[in-house]
Formats: sequence, C-alpha cells, structure tokens
Amino acid sequence: MMPELGKYAEAVLSSYAVSIMLIVVLVVASVTRARRVKRELESVEKRGRENAEG
Amino acid sequence: MASIWQYANPRKFIETTDRILPWVAGSSLVALVVGLVWGFFFTPDDYRQGSTVKIIYLHVPSALMAINGWIMMLVASLIWIVRRHHVSALAARAAAPVGATMTVIALVTGAIWGQPMWGTWWAWDPRLTSFLILFLFYLGYMALWAAIENDDTAADLTSVLCLVGSVFAVLSRYAVNFWNQGLHQGASLSLDKEENVADVFYHPLLLCIAGFVLLFIALLFLRTQTEIRARRMRALLARERLG
Amino acid sequence: MIALLTRDLRLAVRAGGGFGLGLAFFLIVVTLVPFSVGPENMLLTKIAPGILWLGALLACLLSLDRIFALDWEDGSLDLLATSPLPMEALVSIKALAHWLTTGLPLVVATPVFALLLSLPEAGYFPLVLSLLLGTPALSVIGTFGAALTVGLKRGGLLLSLLVLPLYVPTLIFGAEMARRGAQGLDMTTAMMMLAGISFGVIALLPFASAAVLRVNLR
Repeated sequence: MMPELGKYAEAVLSSYAVSIMLIVVLVVASVTRARRVKRELESVEKRGRENAEG
Repeated sequence: MASIWQYANPRKFIETTDRILPWVAGSSLVALVVGLVWGFFFTPDDYRQGSTVKIIYLHVPSALMAINGWIMMLVASLIWIVRRHHVSALAARAAAPVGATMTVIALVTGAIWGQPMWGTWWAWDPRLTSFLILFLFYLGYMALWAAIENDDTAADLTSVLCLVGSVFAVLSRYAVNFWNQGLHQGASLSLDKEENVADVFYHPLLLCIAGFVLLFIALLFLRTQTEIRARRMRALLARERLG
Repeated sequence: MIALLTRDLRLAVRAGGGFGLGLAFFLIVVTLVPFSVGPENMLLTKIAPGILWLGALLACLLSLDRIFALDWEDGSLDLLATSPLPMEALVSIKALAHWLTTGLPLVVATPVFALLLSLPEAGYFPLVLSLLLGTPALSVIGTFGAALTVGLKRGGLLLSLLVLPLYVPTLIFGAEMARRGAQGLDMTTAMMMLAGISFGVIALLPFASAAVLRVNLR
C-alpha cells in the first residue's frame, strides 16, 4: 500500500507530518477560541440583560 | 436592552458565514483528503527528484496561500482605510495567523525538499529567503495588533503597516534575487508553477490548491466571527465598568 | 522648521545618550565580531563590508525609540501637532535630526572601524559611499517605526521587529555595493538600487509616518 519512497522516505514523510500537524493545530486553536469567545460573549450579554431588567 | 449589535454589518457577516461555513469547511476537507491521497499514493516519482516530488502537494498550495493571505490582508486594510468597515479590519487581523502558518509550512516543506538537492537543511535560496522575510512581516503585523489596546487605533496602525510592508516585501523580493543570483544558479529549486508540471501531477495538485484555498476561507470566516464577537465583548465589558 | 531641527539636534547632543552611544555600540559590535568568527585575516577581510553595514544598521536601530519619546512624554508632541507645521514636515525633520546625530557620525567613523576588520583598500570608498546613501533611508524608515510604536511601554522590541524587515532591501543593496566595491567588481546596479530606495523612501514614507503619528495623537 505504501509507495516506494526509497531514500527520500524520511524527507517526504516528515514534510507531510509537519504540515498536517501545523494545519491541525491551527484549526483546533481557531475552533477552541471561537467557541470560548462565543460562550463568554453570551454570558456577558445575558448579564447585561439581567442588569437592565433588575 | 435587547441584544443590539452596534453595527449591522458584523451581524450580517456572522449570519451569512454561519450558513456557508460548514459547506466551505466540508469541501476543503474533501479536496484536501482526495488531493493528498491521490498525490501521495497514486502518482509516480520524478526521474530527477525521486519521491520528493510528492512534497509539491503541500509546498505549492501553502506557498500560494502564504502570498495570497498577505494580499487579502492588504485589500482588507485598504477597505478599512477607505470605508472604515470594521469587519474588514477584523478580517485582516483574523487572516494573519493563517497566512503565517501557511508561510511556515511553505518554509519547512521547501527546506526539506531542498535538502536532498543541496545537502543542507537550509539554503539561502532566493525563494525560500523571500518566504522567510514574509514570515517576519506576518510576525510584526500580528505583534502590532497585540500591542495596541484601543481597537480603532490598532486597526488604523496595522493597516498602514500592512500597506508599507507590502511595498517593502516586493522590494525585498527583488533585493533577495539580486543578492543570490550568482550562486546556486544551476541547483536552484525548480518550484515554479509556471514551469511545465507534468499532467500526471497536475490534477492532484489542483485539488490540493483548491483544498488549501477553501481551508483558508473557512478559517477566515471562523476567525473573523471570533474577532467580531471579541470586539463586541470588549465594548460591553467597558460599558459595564463605566455604568 | 529650522528651529525644530536645531532644537532636536541640541537635545540629542546634550542628552549625550544618542550621539556617543551609537558610535560606542558600533565599536563594540566591530570588536565582538573577531571574537565570534576568529581573528583570521582572510575571513575578516571578506566579511568586513557586511559587518560594518550590519553594525551601522544596529547602531541606528538603538536610537530609534528616542525620536519621539521625549516629546511624547512631556506633551510637546501634541503641541507640535497643532502648530502650522504640516505633520509630514515634522516627521521628516525628526528623521533628518536622527540621521545627523546617528547616521552621519557612523559614516564618518566607519573608515576607522574598517581598519579593525582589515577592509581592503579598494573597499573604503564604496563602503562610505554606500553608507552615505543608505543611512538616510534607515533614519526615515526608523522614524516610521517609531511613529507606530510611540507611547507604547517597552515598545523597543516591537519597534525592532517592525523595522528590521523593512531594512532588508537597503541592507542588501548597501552591503552588496560595499562588497563588490571591495572586490573591484562592478557596483553600479547595487548603487542605483540603493539610491533609488533611499530617495523613494525619503519622498514617500513621511506620508505614512505622518498618518500614523496623527492616529497615535488622537
């Protein structure tokens, strides 16, 4: 299944590994931050509504 | 007081992107997986470069996005300067880390690709050097955003920096070419997409490029939403502290 | 305008810091280089133009945050902004003052420091000329960076990060010109590019610096 990478196996595999890892880290970080900020904003907005009514 | 957004534009942006983000992300994933799998497993080796040619499926798309990311930031900065749409400024801010990551990927894959040819892990090839300088520009841009507290001031300063930086980035490209023209002429890495990339490599490469473009757009939408919300939150917190 | 210039010059010389400090730093860099690369003459001769350029560039960098710092702190920057003097002129004068107190002394001192690094005889004129052509650009670009970071606490590091990539074209062409001159090769292309960049930067960048300063003074 694995293609014959020959003597360049280390180079090819490491470049794929590094690139994919960097992309994954970027995506995970972006999604995590997005969720956190959305949650925090909602709680601040809710607090603002409650203060206005109360 | 109902949850009123101070700016209609940002709300529409979030509404619209919320709807299409899943599609963009999904197509990006498909394009990337198909493209990379096809390129990695089902294409032959280059007679000169051996199996290292498979690195183009990552190097070329990331290099393209590294540059296009900066260009997008430049356009967004110009829109901010001229029309003062906050979403533009925030989009530029959101794009920077994505572009910077693309630049790092391009640098790492470029260096690794060159290693069997040059025998060293890094060579001051004009192309690679230009990407290194581009990375420094990205870093400076992100650092300036982070250093300024006031949102509008930060947007104004960073947009001018992006403009000036763009001019100098182009100047640097020429300078670096001049600087390294004498050496490595024969061994210069043939990464030009203008060069004839054989058909058999071409289609998976196109898919990978498409995948990276869609990935950039998806991350851009997501991150800009986050910036809009963060800005809104800062405004609300400031109001809380005063009132 | 002249009044502003003389005032800045007097301040720089009196404060003592900028004027002598840049030269001292330049000397230190030149002294440290043989310690880091070894004292072998052949090597030093080859790298002398580049090291001297780098030393001059770093010495310029050191004094950048002081371009607006004093005036910012005591409020005179705000006063100057409301004066009839256009902002573009203000930043240009500031850049000129910086060059006269930092860049120009470096250019004058270079031949002496070049001795320490065994610069070949043919290299002296190209080196000095390249620095003469290039250091004004360093001051103008540096002023832009200083305007961006004025008022930031500990903005010094950020200033360096922003300005150094902008210095790359000038450094490349300046050092190339010096290096080719030292080797007796043709240096006209490098010189033209260096001069072109300097003139372009001097003519256009003040507009960006002024815009940025206005933002920071809001």
